[in-house]
Amino acid sequence: MLIKQARDIPSSEITPESVYRQRRQLVKALLAGGALLAARPALALDRYTLDADEKRYPGPDWLQAQLRSAKAGQPISGEALTPYAHVTGHNNFYEFGLGKEDPKQKAQGFNTDPWKVEISGEVAKPGTYTLEDLLKPHALEERIYRLRCVEAWSMVIPWVGFPLADLIKRFEPTGNAKYVEFTTLQDPAQMPGQRSFFSTLDWPYVEGLRMDEAMHPLTILAVGVYGDALPPQNGAPLRLVVPWKYGFKSIKSIVRIRFTEQMPKVTWNQTAPNEYGFYANVNPKVDHPRWSQATERRLPSSLFSPNIIDTRMFNGYADQVAHLYSGMDLRKWF
Amino acid sequence: MVLSIAELHRSKSGRRVFWWLLFLLPLLPLAWIVRKAIEQDLGADPAQTIVTFLGLWTLRFLFITLSVTPCRRLFGWLWIQRYRRMYGLYTLFYACLHLLSFATFILGWRPELIARELSERPYIIVGFIAWLGLVALGITSTRGWVKRLGRRWQQLHYLVYPIAILAMIHFAWLIRAGYGQVLFYALILLLLLGYRVGYRVKRRQQVLQQH
Repeated sequence: MLIKQARDIPSSEITPESVYRQRRQLVKALLAGGALLAARPALALDRYTLDADEKRYPGPDWLQAQLRSAKAGQPISGEALTPYAHVTGHNNFYEFGLGKEDPKQKAQGFNTDPWKVEISGEVAKPGTYTLEDLLKPHALEERIYRLRCVEAWSMVIPWVGFPLADLIKRFEPTGNAKYVEFTTLQDPAQMPGQRSFFSTLDWPYVEGLRMDEAMHPLTILAVGVYGDALPPQNGAPLRLVVPWKYGFKSIKSIVRIRFTEQMPKVTWNQTAPNEYGFYANVNPKVDHPRWSQATERRLPSSLFSPNIIDTRMFNGYADQVAHLYSGMDLRKWF
Repeated sequence: MVLSIAELHRSKSGRRVFWWLLFLLPLLPLAWIVRKAIEQDLGADPAQTIVTFLGLWTLRFLFITLSVTPCRRLFGWLWIQRYRRMYGLYTLFYACLHLLSFATFILGWRPELIARELSERPYIIVGFIAWLGLVALGITSTRGWVKRLGRRWQQLHYLVYPIAILAMIHFAWLIRAGYGQVLFYALILLLLLGYRVGYRVKRRQQVLQQH
């Protein structure tokens, strides 16, 4: 299957190895010329070099051609990537436990292929699709985004995915579709956190976006990270990434995408409405009731030089997204 | 085992050996976390890991201190009483490290952040008050202060109960989801405080019967 797909790629599309090997120099040269933004070449995404003891997650065979042909992302200038070990070893995924290391420990047996996603609600083309069919028409690309957790730590992560807007357009939402609601898998047999007696969260986990937020070009559905498929602890096989919102908005392991007229009842807001709003935009001026959001620890944070940086409005994406909220009182709609 | 510890305390050298043993044991958690820090083996967010770790051990030493009296009464371990102050001071020691590491690793000693945390965050305020209480108890733990305060010393040191409750509230308010761990610790505190209430009630009845 993999071989067959490889044959489908015309040889003209394949970057010659000599060029591909020089991509770093090429990017550096462009940077030096200040021409990076003006003309960024669409280079295929390389597999990242990892330490030998790091576990890789290649993902299913059917995803390989798409992953390998993904366009490389643009680094955030002056902000280094959070190392792979931390991106895949420091996770909030309460379905697999409350500790940051629980998801990595407890999600390794999580079965993410085959996977089905239900598209429902206010759309012309509802239905249940295999992930393979859902992804087929989309060209993947890398997006290097900041991720700001509501707990005041942050990372820089190279996701692989595609704009959510492209998917939404395919299913033709009706005029009544004002919001998009996402649901995580509920499967207590595989997800020990859903069996916990003391959890305050109701399962399944639900998140949502306003339609214009969902259609925004920064909003992506991710299927990979660091050039490979998503590890289960990072929300395999399909997750949302909304870089200007707190991390909990970027729901993992999605099984349902529903278009609604009413604002979806999202999990954290239902659990603690005074602490977590529907919008959950990163905002250094509006603190969490129990801790400050003015600063964040950019991980990895070394103990003896704690990497404490100022949190930026909309997580540094204000230029692109602030207009979505013009006229809104962000203290009220936190 | 119990008998042998009591016997050990009859000789001066036995007491000394045991004192050193119980003195060094509480340094193990600190040694462990320092080693992990040096090896850079505290995960992606060492600041949070170390602060949580030290906070949890503060609570554990507080509970150990609070279990001295019940152990003495229930099991007749008279020797245990002489270590109560040591473990009380270890509670204060870990509380100080917890606070210092929070100020250093989480707040980076930024004055404006410290001022905001101490004035606006209920869980920080509660924890800080508990720490102030521990400092007061620590300072007055010397023989000199015991003599100077006389009867009032005992009254002052009853503060350990509200301190323990504040520490528990501080802990519970930090939780985002999942109360399993907090309930476990709360249950232990309930037992430790409940024992004292029960003991008082029983004593009172005995006194009433005698009259």
